[in-house]
Amino acid sequence: MLIARHLLGLHTAAMPFAIPGILKIAYKLLVNDRAKFAALLVGITFAVFLMIEMTSLFAGVLNRSSATVINIGSSIWVMDPAVQTVANTIPMPNYVLDEVRSLPGVKYAVPLYSGAALLKLHDGTYQAATIVGLDDTSLVGRPQMISGNIQDIYAENAFIAIDDSEFYKLESPHIGTEFELNDHRGKIVGIARVASSALFGIPTLYTTYYRALQYIPNTRFTISYILVEPKTPEDIAGIKRRVAADGYLALTKDEFMSKISKFYMYQTGIGTNLLLMTLISFIVGLSISGQTFYTFILENIDRFGALKAIGAKSRELVSMILFLATFVALIGYGFGVGLCALLIWLARAHLPDYAAMITFPNLGLAFVMVVIIAASSSYFGVRKVLRIEPFDIFRG
Amino acid sequence: MTAAIEATGINKWFGEGEARTHAVKDVNFQASFGEMVYVVGPSGSGKTTMLSMISGILRPNSGTVRIEGTDIWSLDADALAEFRLHKIGFVFQDYHLFPRLTTAENVAIPLILQKRDWAEALAEAEKDLEVVGLKNRAHLAPVKLSGGEQQRVAIARAITSRPDIMIFDEPTASLDGDTGRSIVQFVRQNLLSDKRCIVIVTHDSRIYEFADRILKMEDGKVSGVERSELDAQ
Repeated sequence: MLIARHLLGLHTAAMPFAIPGILKIAYKLLVNDRAKFAALLVGITFAVFLMIEMTSLFAGVLNRSSATVINIGSSIWVMDPAVQTVANTIPMPNYVLDEVRSLPGVKYAVPLYSGAALLKLHDGTYQAATIVGLDDTSLVGRPQMISGNIQDIYAENAFIAIDDSEFYKLESPHIGTEFELNDHRGKIVGIARVASSALFGIPTLYTTYYRALQYIPNTRFTISYILVEPKTPEDIAGIKRRVAADGYLALTKDEFMSKISKFYMYQTGIGTNLLLMTLISFIVGLSISGQTFYTFILENIDRFGALKAIGAKSRELVSMILFLATFVALIGYGFGVGLCALLIWLARAHLPDYAAMITFPNLGLAFVMVVIIAASSSYFGVRKVLRIEPFDIFRG
Repeated sequence: MTAAIEATGINKWFGEGEARTHAVKDVNFQASFGEMVYVVGPSGSGKTTMLSMISGILRPNSGTVRIEGTDIWSLDADALAEFRLHKIGFVFQDYHLFPRLTTAENVAIPLILQKRDWAEALAEAEKDLEVVGLKNRAHLAPVKLSGGEQQRVAIARAITSRPDIMIFDEPTASLDGDTGRSIVQFVRQNLLSDKRCIVIVTHDSRIYEFADRILKMEDGKVSGVERSELDAQ
């Protein structure tokens, strides 16, 4: 609480901005009641922290679940309609690629391989990895190189390692590091970075589409996705319609990410559990803050009555309560956001796989919930204060 | 000359049906400027109810209350609150000071409600604390003051807006005899003027000597009595 007062410069002796005297009285009533003020702040801070932490975890999981889509960055993805997430690929026959290439409005269409493989590292241990096979001709979806040259991907046994949070699981390789993949020799020819790490905690290697097919055991059909670039944005609808007519599904990047998000939200327990935790956080915050605030009003009810007797108008008393609720809610919100950001930062510093990610919608949702907490808390206080009769003060 | 307070035929009852209690029965009350009027009577006689009605806090079921010629119960709620703020100073039985504010801030409350600047209101409040002999207590919390000092703070709060009417509810109830007498003596000597009227509700016969006029309430009715008659009781 003292930190709050000093951070905001709201010491009782000097306020940094001019607020009406009646609100200053309200402020002093609350802030000088240190136990209540601290309890209110702790309640709201804790609730905000939990709400943002839960929703940030969810946002992080969703973001990572779409990592390949984000990193490859194609405008349109063609896939089997049964695909639910980018990791669960259903290979398509080669003629689909030819057919998509022939559609009007298609600027280009290239195959993408995405699959898992087991690597035998230099020290003899095995490590699962995601292998992304880029179109040999265009290298559409190539990562941003940190070291090495992208052309080296065409060299014998060449792979590019992605330096993300899982990089260390490949024994932090450098150019020239070798490994085995399905009895084939693999060699790191470059280190690259991508926008987002994957969800499943395994490292990623990029190679060419045909090398991926040679090195990794395959099914009859081999194309995981077809990456399509339309000539104009207006062509997208036509491409989607024609692909659907062939029994496949064409989705824009955003639609594919949304499909993946919906899968994790509604077809796994993750969304429900995190939503429940967010609701519980809200209820805990509402209970602690609402009860403490109401107790504060009850303890001061005779003073509010005295103010009314002296000549305070009802709207002034209401403004005092709303001001207090808003004041506490905003400080608690700030502390909650700060605490959450700090803990996520600390967690990321020690746990590279930690997926939480604070987004503006998370902050907005927590803010709306804090407003509801403040509004509910003040509603009961306002009701109580409006009902108090100054005559009760005379009667004692 | 206009009376400071003039109540005519005021009635107040609480509850309905068999539970109905007629607390104040057709009371007429008048007080003039320069006058210190006591309302005395046993508990439950209706004196606090009457006091509340003549000070614009409790609406009577019938009758009129005029303060300086204004029919206060014809005013709307905001206008009445404004009227009380500027015209009436209250000293409550339990003082009702704010424990989280300093003494000076407590005294400044009516001025703050009048939208006066905070610093200016505090400066005025400190002057009024000087009037009641508590200037050196201005920055203390009320809980650090004795009962008599708290009563003086409540008085300073009541006078800080320079009201024409002052209402005291049992001002000596929580004080020992000497302190109670000295407080009322102080009020009589320093606060009563020909531009101010003071009404005190009390049980305390030790302070009767300071009244100009004493009204006795019994069973919701009021009657003027001589001080000697009360002293004899």
